[in-house]
Amino acid sequence: MKKFWTSLIAVAAALSGTIGSAHAEEEKVLNVYNWSDYIAEDTLQKFTKETGIKVVYDVFDSNDTLEAKLLAGNTGYDVVVPSLNFLGRQIQAGVFMPLDKSKLPNSKNLDPQLMARIATNDPDNAHAVPYLKGTTGIGFNVKKVKEILGPNVPLDSWDLILKPENIAKLSKCGVSMLDAPAEVIPTVLNYLGEKPNGFDPALIQGKAQELLMKLRPSVRYFHSSQYINDLANGDICVALGWAGDVLQAKRRAEEAKNGVEIAYIIPKEGAGIFFDMLAIPKDAKHPQNALKFLNFLMRPDVIADISNFVSYANAVPASKPLLDKKILNNPGVYPSPEVQAHLFTFAVVPPKIDRIYTRVWTTVKTGK
Amino acid sequence: MKSLFNSLRASSSFKGMHWLVTGFPYVWLLLFFVVPFLIVLKISFAEAAIAMPPFTDILSYAEQKLTINLNFGNYAYLFEDALYVDAYLGSLKFAAVSTLLCLLLGYPIAYTIARLQPAVRNVLLMLVVLPSWTSLLIRVYAWVGILKDNGFINNFLMWLGVIDQPLQIMYTPVSVYIGIVYAYLPFMVLPLYSNLVKHDVRLLEAASDLGAKPWMTFLTVTLPLSRAGIIAGAMLVFIPAVGEFVIPELLGGPSVLMIGKILWQEFFNNRDWPVASAVAMVMLAILTVPIVLFHHYQARDLEGRR
Repeated sequence: MKKFWTSLIAVAAALSGTIGSAHAEEEKVLNVYNWSDYIAEDTLQKFTKETGIKVVYDVFDSNDTLEAKLLAGNTGYDVVVPSLNFLGRQIQAGVFMPLDKSKLPNSKNLDPQLMARIATNDPDNAHAVPYLKGTTGIGFNVKKVKEILGPNVPLDSWDLILKPENIAKLSKCGVSMLDAPAEVIPTVLNYLGEKPNGFDPALIQGKAQELLMKLRPSVRYFHSSQYINDLANGDICVALGWAGDVLQAKRRAEEAKNGVEIAYIIPKEGAGIFFDMLAIPKDAKHPQNALKFLNFLMRPDVIADISNFVSYANAVPASKPLLDKKILNNPGVYPSPEVQAHLFTFAVVPPKIDRIYTRVWTTVKTGK
Repeated sequence: MKSLFNSLRASSSFKGMHWLVTGFPYVWLLLFFVVPFLIVLKISFAEAAIAMPPFTDILSYAEQKLTINLNFGNYAYLFEDALYVDAYLGSLKFAAVSTLLCLLLGYPIAYTIARLQPAVRNVLLMLVVLPSWTSLLIRVYAWVGILKDNGFINNFLMWLGVIDQPLQIMYTPVSVYIGIVYAYLPFMVLPLYSNLVKHDVRLLEAASDLGAKPWMTFLTVTLPLSRAGIIAGAMLVFIPAVGEFVIPELLGGPSVLMIGKILWQEFFNNRDWPVASAVAMVMLAILTVPIVLFHHYQARDLEGRR
């Protein structure tokens, strides 16, 4: 019992200590909330070694979950990684603190063209810096798809997964889709020849929903992270998924030597491109540590290691010489200029349309 | 401290202390039920907004005028879209069927335990409660391993040669029923047991002396006497089962529509706290009906005993 009281007093002292010294020196802790499978194995260790700051690392796989937590406030996280189209809305809600640029000397490494593009959602790039970017395309098991659809099936089109006849045949070996309406619906609209970010309720609830309803019986599950392992193990054969995740599945299959050959394509009809951003919530307890972490992640050698590990392109051109040839020359990671011309960004979804997206998504998932 | 006690004792002969003790449950209810309830009620009349927290304030004060903005749209919305009504009905159906299954399964268990030697009883009761010492999440996850396509049941049946294609149990209503009945069975068994164990065995002897067959005795003596236990057990299963989220989420798959999932969706996908709060308020209103019935019967039972 005595032990209990002494430890209670110790905790109380520690708490009052942190409150008292918050302005003087931050404790050497940083709470990071990042996407799952989205950092190199040794990045955090290196950061701790260099700065003495211990990183508490937590993961999510949906922008929706992250935003719900951010809007509730007091998340306890110091660094979060929303996608740009969500970040735009979160900035309007006043979630983030402006970044102290003097603490981010490495931001000079960032691609100025990209920064200009980001500034449309984050004026003056005041609140966030880019982490990684990628496309939302198709990952598939080459052997199984050719087995089912025939050896001459064109492997460069959304027809593979968005054409009801094809997906119905592929359902035998398993098809998955991202559980992310804000990406899948624009992708479907684009495939149907409509503006991906048109936000026209009639089209979303009409054409797009109709097609998705035809596809849904053939979709084994809607999930945004499970498909990496399932593709690698051969449990599913086609996934509407994120470039780097599919390439991670490809590597896992190669390492396991299980005979599964995975490929990723950006279909010729065009695909969505997303930018994941590093930002610091206003109520972060360790903003100085967070700035150090952001600055660390913009160093060419650090971000090159991450890109090499997770197969996503980064925003630091100076990291290119340090990238594996396999990553740099992979058109799925660094698409050619011709392909880039066909990419569209996922725009900020207005709240009214957001509800329509979710409603359509519920219908697609539940059939009601 | 001592002097404080002394003065208390001297001054009011414990009257103050008495109020402190009886008042504590009320303070508890006020803090942990009434206040949160009012907060949710308040949010349910607000409007969603891009802000932190993501809804508007219903009270505003400007130019010495206090304005209250009540938005009934959230409630109207729940009835415009069939999804919500379907989800409420789905939840009620899942909860009702699970309660019935728990009763059919739990009654024989409780009856058997209540008729055994006291020493054996305690061991068996312990075994009923023991699984709840592990986290519900882990226990439900274990069912995934048992029920899935290449899980324990399917592998076993295929090994026996009874089936040659795996039975689709996972991600169907059946797996949700299995999960709910499994998780809530102790809540049915315990109140039934505590009721059945108090029955006077001499009543059964009297019935048989008067020529009643065992099933007749059960229907006319045991069953009516155990009504309070049945109602208590049914309430303890039904009420939490209506709002169940974890079990349908892990075992149910997308086609199982329950209100717990809709609530999650409103919070996490639509980020619409006001509609989410309205969903919760309507659910509370629906649950009030069985609770009031329960109290009604309980009160009548107490009257009867007097």
